[in-house]
Amino acid sequence: MEYVSEVLKGSPLAVARMITWLENEDERARPFMEEIYPHTGKAYIIGITGSPGTGKSTLTDGLTWQMRKKNLTVGIIAVDPSSPFTGGALLGDRIRMTRHSEDPGVFMRSMATRGFLGGLAQFTQGATKILDASGKDMIIIETVGVGQDEVDIMRVADTTCVVLVPGLGDVIQSMKAGIMEIADIYVINKADLPGADQLYTEVMYRVEQDAQMKNRKWLPPVIKTVAVEGKGEVDLFNAIMAHRKYLEESGELTEKRRERTRQETLKMLHYELFRIIRQRLDKDHRIDLMVGAIMEHKISPYKIVEKVVNEWLPSRDS
Amino acid sequence: MAEKKIKIIVAKPGLDGHDRGAKLLSRIFAEAGMEVVYTGLRQTPEMIVEAAVQEDADVVGLSSLSGVHNYFFPRVVELLREKKLDNVLVVGGGIIPEDDIPALKKAGVAEIFGPGTPTDEIVAFIKANVRPK
Repeated sequence: MEYVSEVLKGSPLAVARMITWLENEDERARPFMEEIYPHTGKAYIIGITGSPGTGKSTLTDGLTWQMRKKNLTVGIIAVDPSSPFTGGALLGDRIRMTRHSEDPGVFMRSMATRGFLGGLAQFTQGATKILDASGKDMIIIETVGVGQDEVDIMRVADTTCVVLVPGLGDVIQSMKAGIMEIADIYVINKADLPGADQLYTEVMYRVEQDAQMKNRKWLPPVIKTVAVEGKGEVDLFNAIMAHRKYLEESGELTEKRRERTRQETLKMLHYELFRIIRQRLDKDHRIDLMVGAIMEHKISPYKIVEKVVNEWLPSRDS
Repeated sequence: MAEKKIKIIVAKPGLDGHDRGAKLLSRIFAEAGMEVVYTGLRQTPEMIVEAAVQEDADVVGLSSLSGVHNYFFPRVVELLREKKLDNVLVVGGGIIPEDDIPALKKAGVAEIFGPGTPTDEIVAFIKANVRPK
């Protein structure tokens, strides 16, 4: 199969295969990513994040429905955690989105984190590029729902939605660092449960505080939804489109994407450089010898690092 | 190259509502190191195969307790072949009469695992017969 042209035509088989190659760090992926890169940059990327059980998958399903009504094509990446003990994963997000399974305008892929932290899989960003190049108008990334620390989504998405549900902790929780700082839109799902109004008030209060403390031009709206009943979907869709309009008109979208490109490039460089150095250190058990010497206090780890770096970068500017 | 994981779809075609077995097997496969996409109840063969395409699944595991296997299992194999996914391993389980097994195998189902099959046997079969990456 001529994979590149097939991906550009939107062939699900080709898209799926390329994502697999990327995930497995198959050497076939690199030349293909190179060729599709010029065709990226058109899709709008939305992140859906929040603790487990907040209804992210159901919301993604509803959002997809609204997008399809407007004839927008959708790519979905749903990330779930791999077990640190067995290496396996139960990818259970697809089950919430079966109504789209035969719609050729929707492509959904589940990805396991494979030990990667931060809420996404290592190659989620790469997979997003493949979906982008395949012609999807919108891409929704649903993160692993672990909570405070999973902020990687903000580096990948244009609009980040943080999903909360009533009864999952008091107002102090909502003030903590991390997940509450990255929201472009807040979603209060399961808004039919007791405590929804109180949570709404608390989040609105926090939004107002942020407006006073920081110089934010975009005030995150707080949207109430009951995802299992489809309530609030339209409001959420409209809020995302409003954020998009704001980003495009203010020029912030370009800046966001510039920062994203910077982070991604640095990360890729870091990964590749270390991979090569690691390979060399593993050769002839050089690293084991080094560790042995460190353990015997014959040399310090700081000295070892200096030596290795000087080998690789002999003429360094100070 | 990074370590390759086996990607398996676990699906229940038809109207069968008893999913304990399928859910248990999903967990067992995950604990054996596989990446399991559990698609849930009331799947049509078309939905199952579309999931297999998008997830680039290596294996499709079908569970039927309500007697629909003779239609649904071969239909899934047929649709996979139409999509040129001949090398996807299809296995089945649930309540499948012994007499039906030869025809199912002839239709392309690699193996049928009845109730009481030791689960490590199922895992071993999959690992031994899955397509190379």
